[in-house]
Amino acid sequence: MSGRKIGDVILDLQNISLRFGGVKALTDISFNVREHEVRAIIGPNGAGKSSMLNVINGVYHPQEGRIVFHGEERRKMEPHKAAKQGIARTFQNIALFKGMSVLDNIMTGRITKMHASFLEQAIHFGRARREELEHRHKVEEVIDFLEIQHIRKTPVGRLPYGLQKRVELARALAAEPTMLLLDEPMAGMNVEEKQDMCRFILDVNDQFGTTIVLIEHDMGVVMDISDRVVVLDYGKKIGDGTPDEVRNNPEVISAYLGVAH
Amino acid sequence: MPETAASQALDTFPRLLCHHARVRGGKTAMREKDLGIWQTWSWSEVAERAGALACGLAELGFRRGDNLAIVGDNRPNLYMAMVAVQCIGGIPVPLYQDAVAEEMKFVLQDAGVRFALVEDQEQVDKLLEIKDQLPLLEHIAYDNPRGMRHYTQPFLHDIEELIGVGRVRQKDHPDFLPEEIALGSADDVGVMLYTSGTTGKPKGVCLTHRAFISAAQGGVEFDRLSDAEEILSYLPMAWVGDHLFSLAQAMLVGFAINCPESGETVMTDLREIGPTYYFAPPRVFENLLTQVMIRMEDASAPKRRLFHYFMDVARRCGAEILDGKPVAGGDRLRYALGNFFVYGPLKNVLGMSRIRVAYTAGAAIGPDLFRFYRSIGINLKQLYGQTETCAYVCLQPDGEIKFDSVGKAAPGVEVKIADNGEILVKGPMLLKEYYKRPDATAEAINADGYFMTGDAGFFDEEGHLKIIDRAKDVGKLANGAMFAPNYIENKLKFFPYIKEAVAFGHQREMVCAFINIDIGAVGNWAERRGIAYSGYADLAAKDDVCQLIRQCVEEVNAQLLSEGMLADSQVHRFLVLHKELDPDDDELTRTRKVRRGFIAEKYAVLIEALYTGRSSQFIETQVRFEDGRTGRVAADLQILDAKTLPVVSLVRQAA
Repeated sequence: MSGRKIGDVILDLQNISLRFGGVKALTDISFNVREHEVRAIIGPNGAGKSSMLNVINGVYHPQEGRIVFHGEERRKMEPHKAAKQGIARTFQNIALFKGMSVLDNIMTGRITKMHASFLEQAIHFGRARREELEHRHKVEEVIDFLEIQHIRKTPVGRLPYGLQKRVELARALAAEPTMLLLDEPMAGMNVEEKQDMCRFILDVNDQFGTTIVLIEHDMGVVMDISDRVVVLDYGKKIGDGTPDEVRNNPEVISAYLGVAH
Repeated sequence: MPETAASQALDTFPRLLCHHARVRGGKTAMREKDLGIWQTWSWSEVAERAGALACGLAELGFRRGDNLAIVGDNRPNLYMAMVAVQCIGGIPVPLYQDAVAEEMKFVLQDAGVRFALVEDQEQVDKLLEIKDQLPLLEHIAYDNPRGMRHYTQPFLHDIEELIGVGRVRQKDHPDFLPEEIALGSADDVGVMLYTSGTTGKPKGVCLTHRAFISAAQGGVEFDRLSDAEEILSYLPMAWVGDHLFSLAQAMLVGFAINCPESGETVMTDLREIGPTYYFAPPRVFENLLTQVMIRMEDASAPKRRLFHYFMDVARRCGAEILDGKPVAGGDRLRYALGNFFVYGPLKNVLGMSRIRVAYTAGAAIGPDLFRFYRSIGINLKQLYGQTETCAYVCLQPDGEIKFDSVGKAAPGVEVKIADNGEILVKGPMLLKEYYKRPDATAEAINADGYFMTGDAGFFDEEGHLKIIDRAKDVGKLANGAMFAPNYIENKLKFFPYIKEAVAFGHQREMVCAFINIDIGAVGNWAERRGIAYSGYADLAAKDDVCQLIRQCVEEVNAQLLSEGMLADSQVHRFLVLHKELDPDDDELTRTRKVRRGFIAEKYAVLIEALYTGRSSQFIETQVRFEDGRTGRVAADLQILDAKTLPVVSLVRQAA
């Protein structure tokens, strides 16, 4: 990974607290993400990892704290605005259109880049036609990149789980994001599929310089591919640093392995 | 490329290329699907790029007589590179792209390769892994730059960069290339193909331009091929069949070759291209048929009935209609209807609507499988040949197709049978020699100049050659009856549920077999019966599956019984293996032929269990994953008895 240069902080989360009624999902969490890095969020079940991701792309609105994205402070964010600002994501439970083909699913990732009006698109003329070709080209590049040419026309519902995950990544990539949020991209995969996925994530990061924030349970994977890791437990941050630092952090060890009582 | 080079006799591939650039420069020579769209190269573009690449290689220090290793899937650039090195007197050495680094090492060392052209990062990584053991290897060029940005080694080159360098050199030395092409002679070695190593270490087979051109010429005239043919090039470039069909014949008559988008998209690409000329090993035809059958079983009942009704009609008269033999009017009408409702759409789905001639070779094809394709109107024929003979010894003439023969001796080829049953061949398409192996060359070509194929066979009364087995594989049972393992295995493999089979019986009192199930077909079968399974090993161990396979084996036994001299070869006992036989574990060759000896050694406990009458046996085996790591799988295998029919009835039949 010699070519990739980790840049300045592009996303800074300061003292984030998120509550659902009386349940404290996140308490006073601060960490940042640098440009072009692979940043992992780990923690036991219910630690608040997915909530954290949802805060970043604006699904949840934290009651306290500041989010600075590209130097701009925000408190409330709508998911579609986050998408327009270049944040794309995948979901823990695959959220694709099962009845649509792989190609069409990935095409939906281009939605924020489509400008032609409804009418133009309906008659497929002029600007709409030009745009469609352009989008299709971009989508084909993604298909080529993720090596899913053979399932281009296959309905997503017929694909095995590992491939569906890849299609979801493809859709996120089609949006040409600057930041990619991956919610457990390797959950439920076998060793080979995990290796493939790791390779794709690193390739994306390397080739397009995309900043990647990922949640993952598989410790081996996390330690292998991330630059920095933040560890959550019961909604609190208990560790933050390089994989080595985190691995040797006593609090992290006890959160994962339990403490002697 | 310049005119002067083309004015010489068309007796080398570079001269043929110049000729096509002149005569049909604008016509499509190659296609490849990229980013979902078919990209086209005309003959003049191919000639220009190949010429520039040749000059680029020369600039790097590539000299006359050097070998260029080519590793990758079928890509236009790699095909162009073959002719490019021939232009400057070099020899292309294509390697199997799915071989692991260790296997490549042997060939690269043996061929003394200084230059390698590979497809992508994956192949570059393999070569880098073994580079310190290849002191001769100086330069590696790659076709696809993806992922190569951070490789800073000075000996790595992008192929486009080489072509660019070559273009500059061509401008500075416009005479260089035509002079180099003029230096070439028909008796120069044009390509070196490595044998798959069914028998020991791979050997480099040196084939001259003359050999391949005469083999291509014979085939072209035999089937009246023109420059309008379209062919899909998807078989490994290191295989002699692909070299003959995709390069030699295309270069000779100037038809177009089409490279698929990726290995997994071949079916789709086939449908889009609709080739007129098609070549595939029996395995591919088998897989296609299996897929069709699986999908038909999932179809609705009326469709299924329609399909089976018309397939019966086709079985009855389809092949005869194709051969132009007399057929009753009623059947003709039914066949025409069937063509409209079933065969036509089926051929369309298979991408075979436009096929004029299709060939299969490489292994024996099940007669039923063969008949199926012919009966739906696909002119599928068999040919016989090996790497050493440019895959050109026997061809089946149109209208004289016999399911169990490989046809008559091809034009210009002399075939005779030795006293021990071995097939001997002589003709212009023979190999020049094995690379740096005069001992092997002397062993393979006898004093009279005949190449000894190592296959056993005989001519029938009409002069058609029938192949029984490898001469050294044909053995004897303890009671002296003939035992041809390949023959039995092929019969078993015709069942869609059986992917691979290995028969044992030489010098034993009975025949036993290992069976590999086809996970696609058996998986589908299990699903429809609500049998849950977690993976290959689990499925293979299911009782129902074993019973299913038993039925197949018993059917084969019934067939064998009716075949006189092979009646003793009925399979008495068998087991279903817990893992797929795999070239990565050395159980199959890269061309997917079973390595019987190796398997017998590796699974000696299983063979012992088969012959000692045990009903189950525990086994643990090492497997190698695609990334080169190894793991172990263990299983408790059931051993089953299959019903055999008493051979007494043979006597009655013979009487």
